[in-house]
Amino acid sequence: MPRLPHKFGPYGGQFVPETLMPALDELEAAYVTARQDPAFESELAALWRDFVGRPTPLTHARRLTAQLGGAQIYLKREDLAHTGAHKINNALGQALLVKRMGKRRVVAETGAGQHGVASATASALLGLDCVVYMGTIDIARQQPNVYRMKLLGAEVRPVESGSKTLKDAINEAIRDWVTNVRDTHYLLGSALGPHPYPTMVRDFQSIIGREARQQILEATGKLPDTLIACVGGGSNAIGLFHPFLGDEHVEMIGVEAGGSGVASGKHAARFGDPEKGRLGVIHGTRTFVLQDADGQIADTHSISAGLDYAAIGPEHAWLRETERAYYTSATDEEALAALQTLCHTEGIIPALESSHALAEVIKRAPTMRPDQVIVVNLSGRGDKDLGTIMESL
Amino acid sequence: MSRINNAFQGRPAFMPYYPLGFPTLPDSIDVIEALARNGADLIEVGLSFSDPLADGPVIQQATQTALQQGITVAKSLTAVRALRARGVTTPFVLMGYINPLLAYGLERLKRDVIDAGADGFIVPDLPPEEGAEFEAAVAPLPQIRMLAPTTPNERLGRVLTGAQGFVYLVSVTGVTGARTEIPDGLADFVTRVRAHTSLPLCVGFGIGTPEQAHAVSRMADGVIVGSATVRAIAASTTPAQTAADFARAYRAGLDRA
Repeated sequence: MPRLPHKFGPYGGQFVPETLMPALDELEAAYVTARQDPAFESELAALWRDFVGRPTPLTHARRLTAQLGGAQIYLKREDLAHTGAHKINNALGQALLVKRMGKRRVVAETGAGQHGVASATASALLGLDCVVYMGTIDIARQQPNVYRMKLLGAEVRPVESGSKTLKDAINEAIRDWVTNVRDTHYLLGSALGPHPYPTMVRDFQSIIGREARQQILEATGKLPDTLIACVGGGSNAIGLFHPFLGDEHVEMIGVEAGGSGVASGKHAARFGDPEKGRLGVIHGTRTFVLQDADGQIADTHSISAGLDYAAIGPEHAWLRETERAYYTSATDEEALAALQTLCHTEGIIPALESSHALAEVIKRAPTMRPDQVIVVNLSGRGDKDLGTIMESL
Repeated sequence: MSRINNAFQGRPAFMPYYPLGFPTLPDSIDVIEALARNGADLIEVGLSFSDPLADGPVIQQATQTALQQGITVAKSLTAVRALRARGVTTPFVLMGYINPLLAYGLERLKRDVIDAGADGFIVPDLPPEEGAEFEAAVAPLPQIRMLAPTTPNERLGRVLTGAQGFVYLVSVTGVTGARTEIPDGLADFVTRVRAHTSLPLCVGFGIGTPEQAHAVSRMADGVIVGSATVRAIAASTTPAQTAADFARAYRAGLDRA
């Protein structure tokens, strides 16, 4: 069987207990076989079209463009995908693979709850048992999504260990997987973790960039100048970026969570904080990780649960090293301001995660010419964040 | 060559795991000394990590406590040195996750580990596919290879190529933590691995009583006891005494005919 590359330059790999190595081999084999099978491709394409509502629109944000007075701004509307975020693209792809592997149970982690909802939705649709691990801090700040998961038939298991956020939910999901590996698939939600997850999740999310590329060509007759996306683990960003990697003049910008500001120490800017953000290994992958001098994983902070994670997907580390993509950060405050701007100018309530990308648009668009084009990934809608937003404004 | 070989001297090896820094650093040093002087043939000295994804709740909580009290790799190595200064000659294998070891710096790690008097590593999140760089950097200190019940036959040979010291057989699919029964299929698993190596085979994960240790020792060369050791000390107000009693009980269980 042809194998996929395990690494992106020096990043990635499979740093997992031996018990899981055969499961990763099995998953890689199933994935490679499925991608060569036209029946799998057409089944997934049909679900994306008829269930998710793809292609999602590319919206020209005319009032926001006018207000900022620079580049033309286009929004890739993943907020309009069924369940309200891009996470469903990957959840359906993996759930179809689970069926092919003959497994009946999936475990998933979730931070903001969007991947948990997507996993619960895909499991309900395809008849799988679904357990979602979620930190108790995230449960408190994303209540609506907790109820949605339960309503969809998933079991939500609260995680009390460590920092009680996404990182600890991943630990618990891996512990469950290692225990039940023979009949359980780990439905990992971002372009993270051990190979083949970063490659497989990227491939499933690349539908975002493939659609956006075609749509912007139709709308403007040319490729965009700049792509902007928020980066937690980095699946929405890699999904937008990847189909444009060969277009050398298209600039790509990933936006990390700056929290209370990088200088405050309360953030999730893996690239933005060179002191704490160093090469390391967490959750099966070698990448940039926020850690202390002793190699203990640092606690992170972001107003958006989906970006509140200590490591970044390994392919982003490689894109940064090769200077194919650039990374910056936006603070909680900047994200909240950007969220309100989009509400007022375009009638769209974006997720707090996506609002980090919009904050960079607001900084960058005025420095560009009106004949230039930015495509920003509006990765999710903000309904889930209303509680947090009302508390913060 | 290696002190690790001294652990396998014709009797079933008793190999407790214990994390430095729990419940306090001085207590943990006393516990390890007491284990060593009361029948342990090798000690897996635990290095704490914030995200121990192969560990169950008992070891998670103990290592979190150790971290809250400020344990580091450097302090752990100083404690190993103190144990050697007390005249403890039992082989020590450092068991910890890869990130703190990388953060310490592999060149410095090798020098300081040899200097402190530890004898090798067990790194549960470093399969051989990813371990070449680490192994080359810390040689001649061995990295103990781990096998799981899920490891297929065609993979056994690959994992065992270059193995040294002993082989760690994970008895169950799961995380660390005592179970009530010896898993079905353990004997077959041990037999399967025997066909591929002449190194001592040691079984860990799930062993929680001297009786279980005895049963496992009939199949394997060594028995690794982790969570049960930690749980006994966690429940004790006299850690060193409890450790001595604990080790003697397991020794007696293992030496039973």
